[in-house]
Amino acid sequence: MPRLIKHGKITDDTWAPLDPQSALPTAGTICTLEQWLQLTDKHGSAVQLEPGQPPAPLSDYLDQILLVVINFPVFTDGRGFSYGRELRERGYCGELRAGGHFIRDQLTYLRRCGFDAFQMDNDLELEAALASLGDFTEHYQAAIDQPLPLFRRRAHITH
Amino acid sequence: MYVYDEYDQKIIDERVAQFRDQTDRFLAGEITGAEFLPLRLQNGLYLQRLAPMLRIAVPYGLMNSAQLRKLAEISRTYDKGYAHISTRQNVQLNWPMLAEVPDILAELAMVQMHAIQTSGNCIRNTTTDQFAGVACDELEDPRPYCEIIRQWSTLHPEFAFLPRKFKIAVCGTTQDRAAIHHHDIGIELLTNDQGKVGLKILVGGGLGRTPVIGSVVCEWLEKKHLLTYLEAILRVYNQHGRRDNKYKARIKILVKAMGVDAFREAVEYEWSALKDGPSTLTDEEMARARSFFNAPDYQVLDGAVAKSELEKQCDREPIFGNWVKRNTEYHRVPGYRIVTISLKATGFAPGDITAEQFELLAELSDLYAFGEIRSTHQQNLVLGDVQTSQLYPLWQELQAAGLATPNIGYLTDIICCPGGDYCSLANAKSLPVAEAIQTRFENLDYLYDLGPLELNISGCMNACGHHHIGHIGILGVDKKGQEFYQVCLGGSQSKDASIGNILGPSFKQEDMPDVIDNILSTYVILRQEEESFLDTYRRVGIAPFKERVYAQAD
Repeated sequence: MPRLIKHGKITDDTWAPLDPQSALPTAGTICTLEQWLQLTDKHGSAVQLEPGQPPAPLSDYLDQILLVVINFPVFTDGRGFSYGRELRERGYCGELRAGGHFIRDQLTYLRRCGFDAFQMDNDLELEAALASLGDFTEHYQAAIDQPLPLFRRRAHITH
Repeated sequence: MYVYDEYDQKIIDERVAQFRDQTDRFLAGEITGAEFLPLRLQNGLYLQRLAPMLRIAVPYGLMNSAQLRKLAEISRTYDKGYAHISTRQNVQLNWPMLAEVPDILAELAMVQMHAIQTSGNCIRNTTTDQFAGVACDELEDPRPYCEIIRQWSTLHPEFAFLPRKFKIAVCGTTQDRAAIHHHDIGIELLTNDQGKVGLKILVGGGLGRTPVIGSVVCEWLEKKHLLTYLEAILRVYNQHGRRDNKYKARIKILVKAMGVDAFREAVEYEWSALKDGPSTLTDEEMARARSFFNAPDYQVLDGAVAKSELEKQCDREPIFGNWVKRNTEYHRVPGYRIVTISLKATGFAPGDITAEQFELLAELSDLYAFGEIRSTHQQNLVLGDVQTSQLYPLWQELQAAGLATPNIGYLTDIICCPGGDYCSLANAKSLPVAEAIQTRFENLDYLYDLGPLELNISGCMNACGHHHIGHIGILGVDKKGQEFYQVCLGGSQSKDASIGNILGPSFKQEDMPDVIDNILSTYVILRQEEESFLDTYRRVGIAPFKERVYAQAD
């Protein structure tokens, strides 16, 4: 069974992977956006977004979806960072997973943008990737993990 | 200037540790070159023709004497004893060893410096007017807003993998010295009809392959909305900017493709969700940012007395008088001057500075200028606050160190990228062209007679030497493996921003001094009274220049 980092721990992936060929995936399977749009009942569904597929069509079903996977076919395409953040800002509370070829050095940024699960190309990298989540303990900007920018949190006026 | 507290220091220190780990993994073969590429670029590290190049951030061009001393030490220990001031006001080292870069970054962190986001497809160092805070024509000091942007953009989680690099400039004067029309985002501090100072936001300006002057996306924005509005612009760009072709990936292409009105609508839509949220600036934060840029402890001096004393000294020693005339500017406080230190002596690469010169300038800035120094996008340095009565001893020291070339704003004050001698992107060398032109036009009387003239040289389309916005611009091109040079005329980086027009077919390197000579002679013949080169060009157009240059070439 494939493994992934979820909520800061390495665990098994219980979802069946994407099958773009299948007309209508069964329950427990991750859908492409096209497949997902055809689901009559979106309760308990899982959908994977690709670069160029902003999350707007998901807006009315955010409380029904259990998993959104944002795929990174190449790690230098940063659109998914905005997609993740927008989903969280619009109130999505389910699992937000980064998939594909991102690299461990991006995990801190991904987490800050609201991702709570990370499935990497290479399972062997998961331990090291987990460690990299601790690269930064402080940040300037507001983001999903810390909605207040540093300037609203500075303990004292230093100057 | 801005001083780190424990939060700033922690972020910078953690970044050093992260980069050390990334470099170790690369050297151990645990990550590929392709994966390491954006990681090192986001820390200012290029792999160049001969050696790596490390670009050290100088936020909005402001440094203190301790930082200068550290730069001297680093350039001596880890490099060949010199460094280079770039056209983004940063400092570049040309010969560091990859394995030692983490140590260099750790050294820099000790003096509150870093190399974060000086390269890569992310938000780069924010630049501003080199005379910020001391200029006579300034509405408000732009540096507090630059610092607020620096903090917001540093390690921004959403915008670290943009379609392409992203540059922001801020200015607070009517005479734009920060080239805000040529940035991805240009910000001007501006008073509205109610007399309140806010921000005018331009978007989609830029140089490179497709030079464009920025469009107004917001006529006037309340200052507190600065970050949420920037975030909205970046979010539109990150999602919709082209990623299929790196030459079409800058925001200027997106703004053009959408049209500025549709772009503005998209920004307003994103902004509606962010506006008045937690990233809205508080009065306390703006006051805190401003507090770092309060006026230093100026002495109360009699401006008239200072002026007449200076005039006497200038009369006694005309060489000094000439330097005062060419390399100093009026200051907003009576009895003070702004001094520009020319890094454009003939025989030295424009913008290069030695470790010894760094140390001398550290000492001089401590003695005469409250320990601060600024870098300029014209690749010079500035002492912002020098008492008029101290100009003479300062000049003597500068003169002895080869730092008093009286050419600021004249033809030989050339803006020039490192070009094919160093840069692996370059199509052609730029430094020998600069030197040949400087050598040809060494006669100061002729130089001054030509009046204000900006000559900018880039070794390739990436336009690091800002050739499109020089009054005279030179671009190195590759023609079947041979280095050639294209000339454009009539660019301007000021308020009256314009992009130069190409003169015609390109020239060989050895012909360049003659070509420039012909252009200048044409100007001298055609100018009316005190008319500047740019004004003459705008009046007569490109034809007479073309005729003269190509007639001679035939």
